[in-house]
Amino acid sequence: MTQDKSLVQIALFAALIAALGLIPPIPFVTGIPITVQTLGVMLAGLILGPWRGSLSMALFIFVVALGAPLLAGGRGGLGVFMGPTAGFAIGFPFAAFATGYMVIQLKKLHIFPASLLASVFGGIVVLYLFGITGFKIVSGRDWLDASLVMAVFIPGDLIKAFIAASVVQAVAKGLPDALPTRKG
Amino acid sequence: MISLYLSQSSWMHRLPAGVKLLLLMISSLLLYPITHLALMGVLLLATFLLYLSVGKLAIKQLVLLKPLLPLFGLIFLMQIWTVGVEPALLLVLRMIILILLANLITLTTRMDDMMTALTPVFMPLKWLGVKPERIAFAVTLLIRFIPVLMGNIQHLMEAWRARGGKKQIWKLAIPLTIQSIRLSDHVADALSARGGVSSHLTEHPSCNKANLDDTR
Repeated sequence: MTQDKSLVQIALFAALIAALGLIPPIPFVTGIPITVQTLGVMLAGLILGPWRGSLSMALFIFVVALGAPLLAGGRGGLGVFMGPTAGFAIGFPFAAFATGYMVIQLKKLHIFPASLLASVFGGIVVLYLFGITGFKIVSGRDWLDASLVMAVFIPGDLIKAFIAASVVQAVAKGLPDALPTRKG
Repeated sequence: MISLYLSQSSWMHRLPAGVKLLLLMISSLLLYPITHLALMGVLLLATFLLYLSVGKLAIKQLVLLKPLLPLFGLIFLMQIWTVGVEPALLLVLRMIILILLANLITLTTRMDDMMTALTPVFMPLKWLGVKPERIAFAVTLLIRFIPVLMGNIQHLMEAWRARGGKKQIWKLAIPLTIQSIRLSDHVADALSARGGVSSHLTEHPSCNKANLDDTR
């Protein structure tokens, strides 16, 4: 793959996350609105792999910091990095990396469980590690409290991990060449 | 369209981006030790006055806080439960002040000025062999792709509604992803047919900056 092609893919996936964030949030059963943006983070890792996936998310977060209102709910600018959800935004590249790394490690498994496990690991475990740490720093609460507040978002994210795995399975059927994470 | 920047003139607009970022960092450090509720309230008022000094358009941007309100409510309630009303208020006020201050910088700083101020952040990437021009190109591509992908999402949703709109909407993520992968292949082909990113950059050294400004 040429460098230019990688660059285009990185930019396009970052734009995909942005476009997903502009879809109005769906109110979930718990009353907490869930966004489809973290679905994009999982997909970036699963489809682009650890390096390009994380670069793509880093590019996205950089453009948000520059002042583009691209995070779910039209949030953007430096204010995001001062808010209670700052850790999640900063965690996006790391979550994509972890997802991509994990799906390569699980190559021997069937594509659906491999993608599901990788999405749960990267998009939930790693992302929440950053999210909860950020929330703890901003709010000054202890670990347990911070985790409890953030736990309300986890059911929605489990659903997103399932969706990400289904999407990757379908992509593997339709465009098998598009998945470098499943080669070799 | 895509930026939060307010194209007008004010004293905040004239401050260099680097100075504003430094001031933000200093105020975030100074706000943490404050435990006096009245003082925090005064500082919030002062923040509103800063917005007022920039102009009416800036005041309108205060609605940006709205999507965060449910989360603030949740934090406030949990905090009352664990530490009491006063610390809870202090915490929420401090968060609001910092978010408003950071947002004010975004409102009064052009995207390329911010990019220049943040260039030192790229230095580690330079050691890895990444050219800053490629980053600028990627930013331009990203901003250009967003309306295209929004259009794709809209078409998929219209077709979904035309089919009755009852089956699981999440399945639209599949064609959306496949379309996006195809789109990136086409753009990459078009780019290499024109000699690739590097030739593009040497022929038109100013194009990245110009493109960034056009999207506003």
